[in-house]
Amino acid sequence: MAASTSASAAHRGLPRRMAVNAVMTVVLGLVTVGVVALLLWILAYVARQGLKYLGPMFLTQTPPGDPSQAGGGFANGIVGSVVIVGIATALSVPIGIAAAVHMVEYRGRLARACGFLTDVLIGLPSIVTGAFVYALWVAHFGFSGLAGAVALGLIMLPLIIRATAEVLRLVPVELREASLALGVSRARTIMAIVLPTARSGITTGVMLAVARAMGETAPLLLTALGNDLFLEANPARRMSTLSLQIFSNAITGFATAQARAWAGTLTLIVIVLVLSVGARLVGRRGIVRSAR
Amino acid sequence: MSHVPPTPDAAAARIDVVNLTARYHGRPAVADVDLAIEPRQVTALIGPSGCGKSTLLRCMNGLHLTVPGASVTGQVLLDDADIYAKDSNPVEIRHRVGMVFQRPTPFPTMSVRDNVLAGLQLGRRLGRGAPHDEIAERALTKAGLWHEVKDRLKAPGASLSGGQQQRLCIARALAVEPEVLLMDEPCAHLDPISTLTIEDLIREIKETYTVVIVTHNMQQAARVADTTAFLTMSAVGDPGRLVEVGPTERIFSSPRRQTTEDYISGKIG
Ligand SMILES: Nc1ncnc2c1ncn2[C@@H]1O[C@H](COP(=O)(O)OP(=O)(O)OP(=O)(O)O)[C@@H](O)[C@H]1O
Ligand SMILES: [Mg+2]
Repeated sequence: MAASTSASAAHRGLPRRMAVNAVMTVVLGLVTVGVVALLLWILAYVARQGLKYLGPMFLTQTPPGDPSQAGGGFANGIVGSVVIVGIATALSVPIGIAAAVHMVEYRGRLARACGFLTDVLIGLPSIVTGAFVYALWVAHFGFSGLAGAVALGLIMLPLIIRATAEVLRLVPVELREASLALGVSRARTIMAIVLPTARSGITTGVMLAVARAMGETAPLLLTALGNDLFLEANPARRMSTLSLQIFSNAITGFATAQARAWAGTLTLIVIVLVLSVGARLVGRRGIVRSAR
Repeated sequence: MSHVPPTPDAAAARIDVVNLTARYHGRPAVADVDLAIEPRQVTALIGPSGCGKSTLLRCMNGLHLTVPGASVTGQVLLDDADIYAKDSNPVEIRHRVGMVFQRPTPFPTMSVRDNVLAGLQLGRRLGRGAPHDEIAERALTKAGLWHEVKDRLKAPGASLSGGQQQRLCIARALAVEPEVLLMDEPCAHLDPISTLTIEDLIREIKETYTVVIVTHNMQQAARVADTTAFLTMSAVGDPGRLVEVGPTERIFSSPRRQTTEDYISGKIG
């Protein structure tokens, strides 16, 4: 009796639920189309503005001494980005992977603290990281590419730890046990079985972290400072990066400098896009890949 | 360190489980087990799901203790030496007591050949000049897989069929020349033909090894095991206990305990 009552009630609610469903489908569809259109518009706009000036000269020359002049390029920023992000990657990848292994494989005493710190660091505004490095290093030793690399490394570190820990958790326990059961030590099992199995997932995480570091500007203003005058490849001195040059050229009032900034923006977007797509391709090929 | 193949008779150790209780987070999963595992015989562990067969098996090579929160009391004597004694080396024990799991677990980044040699290479038990290819061939032949894979040794281990993968895992376990081989429902995910192939294989390798097999398949126990041990728990949540152990034929034809008879006649479990 009760069952039939509730069944008919559910039946009466059916047209209304179908109407709600239809409306929601349309609303969500429109929102999705809107978001995609917005992103494409930004990309198209940057591409149109950037392509006006982007060319071989832009990639191989430094900016003119007087920013109001036309010509020149961001070669020093491109070199600086590669050097600084390269050092940041070399610093953060081994430490990040080691921390993730400690957390997931050894569940060490520090594991919980490490997981908590990772979450906190990921949420930290990057300028705070920059200010931290400024206070501890730059205030004593001056601006340098290396200080910038340390700041970027600190930003990449939690991203790498989290991505690596995520894929390590996806490696089946059975694989570890199969290796242990052969009389292989714990450490060798991690090095020879677990990490290679998770390799493509870890690579994806690292590439996404590199893409993120490429675009950072605020922490570099406080550490690497920038150098618009000449090509500098020595990370012990102040250095420019692509993001810093975009910033310094964009805030001038000169159309010539802003044209360079647009071309730099397009270059940066292409680099980040290539890294992100590359990360996805590596991830798709892999045995154990990250959830993203 | 060069690889010295032991003489066939040197393999096969005996295992004595003495008053063993295995716990997860302080809760016993299997309790007060006394069980003698004879060399060059197949011993089957049977019993309802959750009675602790896998746990007991994993206590025999110390793998149990790699699970977070797991502990044991009592002894497991491998040729009279307690594997849980303070001075025993768990890596060495796991090398002497090999294991094959329910799901085939070929290492996904390795080829068929590298899978077979994994234990020897990762355990650094092979010298540079060791005859890798011969060792791989010998292990694959023992596992009855050589003719099927001899032309695809470089293919990924995971590209084999399920039954072939499981025999690959057996070859991998045999390649390190253990003294005991533990098998936890090795045929649970296999088709009947692959199952029979592996059963033949078990009968063959027991000539040189001590084999302990967990199975849910009573016919399988009857077909391959010399000795059968029946475990069960009195209620869900209670630890499993050893009820009865004896020659397989006797356990199946005239069990001494009512619970054993109920289980093998299909009334419980
Ligand atoms: N990793 C673990 N953590 C906590 N409890 C566990 C763990 N593994 C097994 N147990 C518990 O221990 C008991 C015995 O489990 P075990 O896997 O040994 O049983 P089994 O006889 O092999 O069962 P099955 O036939 O289903 O494989 C069960 O109650 C199970 O819930
Ligand atoms: Mg089991």
